[in-house]
Amino acid sequence: MTEELHDVRLDVNGTAYDVRVPARRLLSDALRHDLGLTGTHVGCEHGVCGSCTVLLDGAPVRACLVLAVSVSGQRVTTVEGLTRPDGSLGPVQQAFAECHGLQCGFCTPGFLTTITAGLRDNPAPTHDEAREMVAGNLCRCTGYQNIVRAVERAAELAATEGRP
Amino acid sequence: MKPAPFAYHRPASLDEALTTLAGDPHAKVLAGGQSLVPLLSMRLAQPSALVDLAGIPGLDGIEVDEHGVRVGALARHSAVLASADVRRVQPLVGLALAHVAHATIRNRGTTVGSVVHADAAAEMPAVLALLGGSVEAASVRGTRTIAADELYLGPLESSLAPDEIATSAWFPALPPGAGVAFEEVARRQGDYALAGVAAVADDAGVRAGYLSVCEVPTVVDLTDVPAGGRGDAALARLDPAEDIHATAAYRSQLVRVLTERVVESALVSRRDRAGEGR
Amino acid sequence: MTTKLMGQGVQRVEDQRFLRGHGRYVDDVAVDPATLHAAVLRSPHAHARILDVDVDAVLDLEGVHLVWTHEDLAGLSAPMADPLPLLIPHPTLTHGRTQHALAAGEVNYAGEAVAFVVADDRYVAEDALDRIRVTYDVLPPVVGIEAARAADRLVHDDVPGNVAARMVQETGDAPAAIAAAPHRLALDLTVERSASTPLEGRGTVARWDPDVGRLTVWTSTQSSTGVRAAVAVKLGLDLGQVDVITPDVGGGFGVKINHPWPEELLVPLAARALGRTVKFTEDRREHFVSSAHERGQVHHVEVGFDDDGRLLGLDVEFWHDHGAYIPYGLIVPIITSTQLLGPYKPAVYRVAFESLYTNTVMVTPYRGAGRPQGCFVMERTMDAIARYLGKDRAEVRAANFIQPDEFPFDQGLVFQDGRELEYDSGDYPASLEKIKTLIGWDDFPTFRKAMAEQGRRVGIGLACYVEGTGVGPYEGAHVHVETTGKVKVATGLTTQGQGHATVFAQLVADELGVRFEDVEVVTGDTRRMPYAVGTFASRAAVMSGSAIHLAATRTREKVLRIAAEALEADEQDLEIVDGVVSVKGSPGTSLDLGTIAVLSNPLRYAFDEASKAATQFSVGDPGRPPVPEDDEPGLEGRDFYSPERATFASGMHAVIVETDPDAAEVRILKYAVVHDCGRLINPMIVEGQIHGGVAQGVAGALYERMVYDEAGQLQNASFMDFLMPYATEIPDGIDIDHLETPSPLNPLGIKGAGEAGVIPSAAVFAAAIEDAERIPITAMPISPSELFHLRQEHTR
Repeated sequence: MTEELHDVRLDVNGTAYDVRVPARRLLSDALRHDLGLTGTHVGCEHGVCGSCTVLLDGAPVRACLVLAVSVSGQRVTTVEGLTRPDGSLGPVQQAFAECHGLQCGFCTPGFLTTITAGLRDNPAPTHDEAREMVAGNLCRCTGYQNIVRAVERAAELAATEGRP
Repeated sequence: MKPAPFAYHRPASLDEALTTLAGDPHAKVLAGGQSLVPLLSMRLAQPSALVDLAGIPGLDGIEVDEHGVRVGALARHSAVLASADVRRVQPLVGLALAHVAHATIRNRGTTVGSVVHADAAAEMPAVLALLGGSVEAASVRGTRTIAADELYLGPLESSLAPDEIATSAWFPALPPGAGVAFEEVARRQGDYALAGVAAVADDAGVRAGYLSVCEVPTVVDLTDVPAGGRGDAALARLDPAEDIHATAAYRSQLVRVLTERVVESALVSRRDRAGEGR
Repeated sequence: MTTKLMGQGVQRVEDQRFLRGHGRYVDDVAVDPATLHAAVLRSPHAHARILDVDVDAVLDLEGVHLVWTHEDLAGLSAPMADPLPLLIPHPTLTHGRTQHALAAGEVNYAGEAVAFVVADDRYVAEDALDRIRVTYDVLPPVVGIEAARAADRLVHDDVPGNVAARMVQETGDAPAAIAAAPHRLALDLTVERSASTPLEGRGTVARWDPDVGRLTVWTSTQSSTGVRAAVAVKLGLDLGQVDVITPDVGGGFGVKINHPWPEELLVPLAARALGRTVKFTEDRREHFVSSAHERGQVHHVEVGFDDDGRLLGLDVEFWHDHGAYIPYGLIVPIITSTQLLGPYKPAVYRVAFESLYTNTVMVTPYRGAGRPQGCFVMERTMDAIARYLGKDRAEVRAANFIQPDEFPFDQGLVFQDGRELEYDSGDYPASLEKIKTLIGWDDFPTFRKAMAEQGRRVGIGLACYVEGTGVGPYEGAHVHVETTGKVKVATGLTTQGQGHATVFAQLVADELGVRFEDVEVVTGDTRRMPYAVGTFASRAAVMSGSAIHLAATRTREKVLRIAAEALEADEQDLEIVDGVVSVKGSPGTSLDLGTIAVLSNPLRYAFDEASKAATQFSVGDPGRPPVPEDDEPGLEGRDFYSPERATFASGMHAVIVETDPDAAEVRILKYAVVHDCGRLINPMIVEGQIHGGVAQGVAGALYERMVYDEAGQLQNASFMDFLMPYATEIPDGIDIDHLETPSPLNPLGIKGAGEAGVIPSAAVFAAAIEDAERIPITAMPISPSELFHLRQEHTR
């Protein structure tokens, strides 16, 4: 029996994509395999690690816990969408580079999207708030020290630039 | 870890959803999906179809009046947590929601979904049970109100029928002059608790609700139990379970420790609120 | 004058890709609807005979291309009928057993590969697995060290006592020395299983090109050359037909050094059989039950010492749980048995271990590789001696230190690389002073008293380690200056986040005198450097760093030789700055490296303006061959570094913890590290390695373990229940101080830094919790539930 396919429209990083996928296709897989946007990483597929975090209509969600078919028509921002149109790094990305906030880089996209939204909601976090902002994402390499510093640095950079 | 195939329905109205659900005993309801999708991916759940509530208008409401808080089936934890009205009318809801997983999960997960998923380790079932709240259930057969004390039958088992959709949950308001508190011990912040306690202190007395202690969310009346004896009084009514993270004895210890702390906090909160009301 | 980059915290070049989402991990390769996806059926039983595998229902499924069991493999390539390689044989490993790519009649752990499916996508491949029917005759499993030792049941029928190896090393008659000592203690110490658990699991992609008869394999490994050799042997190909590329790797921590994993053979085999690109991406549940674990050991210590706590005799016996198979040999227990000694010099030492089979996931090195257990044993012993003598714990350690003037210090044992365990350099007394200052050792009693007055319970712990890093046999490097002046560097070992592209570029920029931005480093690609070993044992900086330095030196020599001739100057008078060679003191006379590269390669044909300068009517002495007899065309340097023995990094950690008197939770108040990895190439990256190691150490001490039930089922095979810490569980701030005692064994004076952070964690937390609770802590990790029970037993 052939599995039924569904027409799904995803607005990802400002570009509209039309794909036909089975109902069971996870958003993480749709982004990676159907759209070729491999910046979103899959670390656990049960919603714990946060590597696949993307912004859905601006809010961070686990792409592995969302069915693509269920969010048709919605706006998705992935790590690829955080780079500026001129190719330069956004403040959160820049802060990660400055603070050595990444090592293997696998979990990094999930941190970047989470922090981007976090700083939008709270542009000047205290140290504890900066730590809390990344508390739902696992990193096996960095011990989080420099990630928390990067949150604080990103807030500084964004404040200087006047935008997150 | 990929889900087995299933059919997908995205009804545009509640009636359509109920009809679809009634026509397929192996279908499941999808709201936020934060508990369901991992079960699908691990193939621990293999429903024939999903009925996605996302296309049904009006289910994401959070209605608050002096009697309590009504949370719609599609209201996300984050929206409920962010509501100042909810905090004012029933502060326990927000106190507990802050402990539900992490913010990213709360952005997608629904409070009603958590309530009817009936996980005894989760915060919101225990809160609903403690507050004596209820769930509105709809089916092609009609609608009914399921009181919290009739909702939880066993581990991950609620009295919601397979053809029913929980359209909202009702958390009664905190009476004037009453106090609440919530605390849990988890291995990692954001994890399911090793044990958690919610407490209400009001004119009727003191009650505590327990999560991650027994197979179902359990409420214990601790009215008139003196300080220092509350933990053991609670344990007399509870049967803490053992798992890989905690022995039953340790869980009992947490019940003792948390019961004293949380009840004390609820009493303090009660005094504070009484002070404010004056 | 250009600033030397060695020692600078240069920002990482690889971050630019990673931060844009342009990293290329193995699952990002061949993202194409035409790529096929593999899935593996794994045994649900820890121990069973396979009576029948029925795959009939699978092939009816639309989108399935192939299903294989063990019986299918030999027909495709004869060596596939045999077990997987035993990578590191050892004379004492008398009963080595390895698994087959697909189980051959018997499974020995829950998770062992039984059947292999290739389908259009992973969803369909998993549907196919659900349709395979296997009939098992379930056998009673052997779970845990106690059961393995009891040997009432055997994992492998032909391995008596479940013992794969028994190994003894001794420097004298330890039992006699202990018997003669003024004081004696005995301790039993346990460390449980854990695992590397990188956020990216394993994965392999393979493509067979029938036009050229060549296989390309992308795999998430710590040894490209190892996988290449294994694939060639098992698929019956010439080495020259197999290219292995290690793309970006999402963390390794040891688990990806073992090879070949079954899928690293099955995927290429399927790609060749189907003529299609095939991909396997391990999922999280599979990673827990089919990739390797480590750490599980039980130890018995007998020690004799004098009034100052000096070790007169040390006798350690331990039992190592290596799981169902032993593909990586005895590396982990050998490291425990030797590195246990740390910075100390017992008068006499004897160690014996048995490596035991159990029906659980196999064991291969995990960051630290046996050292965390060894450090735990030694440091617990030190603390026990101090407690027994009523002495300060730091003082007892200091009494046993090898002194700075005693290097090189031969411990009289054979290390994991078959070489003498001889420490090259170090300064342990200086490290101790630093760590005491950093943690506030001498002020702690005052702090404890102040906290006690508030009803709070705190404790302090200290642990020291020595780590043999940079083991051989060798690594190599190739440095190539292009005619654009850009420098391309290749080394064969792989990268899993250590910033090799940055630190190696720093070394080349320094040695060759080129701009850092002009250096590009490639790792783990057998097409670019086919001679290599791998990334493990904190060896990349030492081995490839040294090789790259040597290759850059050779390149520099050639640059100067050609430039001297072209500029009609003496080589001694030349300098290279920012890619330009000039005569010192006369800046007008110069050549850039690109031009020198042009000159290095005599041409017949011009293809651009620059190359005209190298054509036959432009350059060269008509009386001599265009390429001199002792030279080669091109501006390149290639060299290898192969040290006599490992270099020994060292360090000390200290922690202050608070224990909750009611809930028995452990809170970290302060964590301090003193670290000596010789000369630092990039302090920012070294500190990052320490941070990560400490976090993994905290995880291993307080959160993570593998929980097996009696049936051999892993009870916590998910991130829900395997408690990898979030930011909220890791200390907020780690105080780090460095000591740099250069290694005399390599040109840069460096030692490895990758694993150090994780080694003393179990020891240091056990010490601090014991200090807070006044209860002996003899088993790690420790959970609040366990601490609660220890208190109950202790007050009983």
